[in-house]
Amino acid sequence: MTSTAGHGAAVRIENCGKTFADGTRALEPATLDIARSETLVLLGPSGCGKTTMLRIIAGLELPDHGGKVLFDGKDMTKAPIEKRNVGMVFQSYALFPNMCVADNIGYGLKIRGVPREERARRVAELVALTNIMGLERRRIDQLSGGQRQRVALARAVAIRPAILLLDEPLTALDAALRERLRSELDRLLRALGITAIYVTHDQSEAMELGDRIVVMRRGAIAQIGSPREIYFEPKDRFVAEFIGAANIIEAPLVGGHLILPGGRQPVGDGASLPTAVAMVRPETIGIVEAGNAPLTGTISSVSFVGDRQRLMVSGAADKPLAVDAPNMIVAKPGERVGLSIAPGAVRLLPFES
Amino acid sequence: MRDRLIFSGQLIFTLLVAAFLVVPAGLSIAAGISVNYFRGISSGVTLQWVAQVWELYAGTILLSFVIAFATLVVTLVVGVPAAYALHVRGGRLSRIVEEIITLPLAIPGLAIALALLLTYGGLRGFRSSWLFILVGHVVFTMPFMVRSLMAVFATIDVKTLDEGAASLGASPWRRFGDVIVPNAVPGILAGSLMVVTLSLGEFNLTWMLHTPLTKTLPIGLADSYASMRLEVASAYTLIFFIMIIPLLVAMQMFAKKEPTR
Repeated sequence: MTSTAGHGAAVRIENCGKTFADGTRALEPATLDIARSETLVLLGPSGCGKTTMLRIIAGLELPDHGGKVLFDGKDMTKAPIEKRNVGMVFQSYALFPNMCVADNIGYGLKIRGVPREERARRVAELVALTNIMGLERRRIDQLSGGQRQRVALARAVAIRPAILLLDEPLTALDAALRERLRSELDRLLRALGITAIYVTHDQSEAMELGDRIVVMRRGAIAQIGSPREIYFEPKDRFVAEFIGAANIIEAPLVGGHLILPGGRQPVGDGASLPTAVAMVRPETIGIVEAGNAPLTGTISSVSFVGDRQRLMVSGAADKPLAVDAPNMIVAKPGERVGLSIAPGAVRLLPFES
Repeated sequence: MRDRLIFSGQLIFTLLVAAFLVVPAGLSIAAGISVNYFRGISSGVTLQWVAQVWELYAGTILLSFVIAFATLVVTLVVGVPAAYALHVRGGRLSRIVEEIITLPLAIPGLAIALALLLTYGGLRGFRSSWLFILVGHVVFTMPFMVRSLMAVFATIDVKTLDEGAASLGASPWRRFGDVIVPNAVPGILAGSLMVVTLSLGEFNLTWMLHTPLTKTLPIGLADSYASMRLEVASAYTLIFFIMIIPLLVAMQMFAKKEPTR
């Protein structure tokens, strides 16, 4: 373990944009700093440019003229991937079908001219680390999806890369396995202390793994921040709606209160705008007696999901509000309820065209 | 009852068709070992015709194999990188190149031979060496090699495999040798099988390109049919069979074993 801990380079990309030969703009020029041993997640819907950014960092794509990629301050822009000392885990794993598991893991070491005994030692270490003991002599087509994923990870880490790049490494797996491997991966990344860049479209994966998350949209960076910042302080409507569930309310703002069809809701930050776009997370809304609540509505539907129940409450705002209520309370469609929202839980968002 | 009747009918039909195709080959072989073809096999069995053919045509047969394997070497050395490049580059230009490589399939061998003769016939040394025939065979067999390789490249994601090897530090040549070629082995085997058998049996191109000193197996066969006893020509066919069938079987077995390795 100690031999693999605490390596990695700091990465800086400067003004990296990407226009493909057919003229499509995959990535607007972006600048981004990634600290040594940080796990940075690039998150966004498909076609948002996250994979292009990863491939530029990897050296599989060249950025448009003027873009620069720096590892620990050293300009790597022109270096091809094989000269960058990066480990990469591909979505399809890209394991070599003509080699057994051990040969796959040891391939990068073989290329580097590591002697046979040392290679075997290192492979054994990684086999233990990724929990695939006993599979060393198997062929790739004799492995399950989860095992392949582990082999791909072991192979990428074996060369002690400066940076580990992961391109949707869990997407090809089924939901239950994905969740288990996610926490395994998290533990491994922390143990290795390596600089890791992780691409995903799955926001819960991003939340669990990322020290920081870069939310991307249509080839541009929408927001950079810790999982908490991204969740509680989204910069715009896109980020708010992409991460978790969000109620977006558009209403006039008078004296620090949103004027809603079902009552008045105080707003934390005393913005003096005539109208506002506000975000409220469903779990921050409490259900109270309708009697003297400042905001009331009617339950239009109840869906029980086990650990909580999701109520849709209409009449309170311009659109039905999603409310996450405790699983024990009794709520029926048609019932009038009061809603209690702490002023701090209402986040004002900028207007968008 | 009815099912059995249908089955029997189908079986008989299949056997008849098979017999229609196989009997001539059998008769030809029988003729090659009969003392006198017109009196049939009852005239006695002999290997004298086979011996005579071997005496007359051993050089021709040897040359055929030399050309077949030289053709294989050239199509491999040129075809494997070419097919890989065409697959990875993609796009319109690759399509056009692929079409051009495939063109000799549609053009009659005679026309290709004529074009080669018109262009290079004046180079005496080249014209009279077996390399001239080799060029014709390479032109004719290259599409089979390239096509079967491209079929394999289309089923395995070679681009990602290549990127995977690159991420581990392998140079382009290393990647080609360690990852691309080993994973293309089924296509290489299938292509090789076709190239060797096509080259061994190729007649119409070769007939135009050969000289009295550069004859191949099928040319010698035509020669013997035209100018010698029928028994000799038949013995020639027999030798052809003996040469090519084990080769075909061996390569088929090799090709079948590969995917389940």
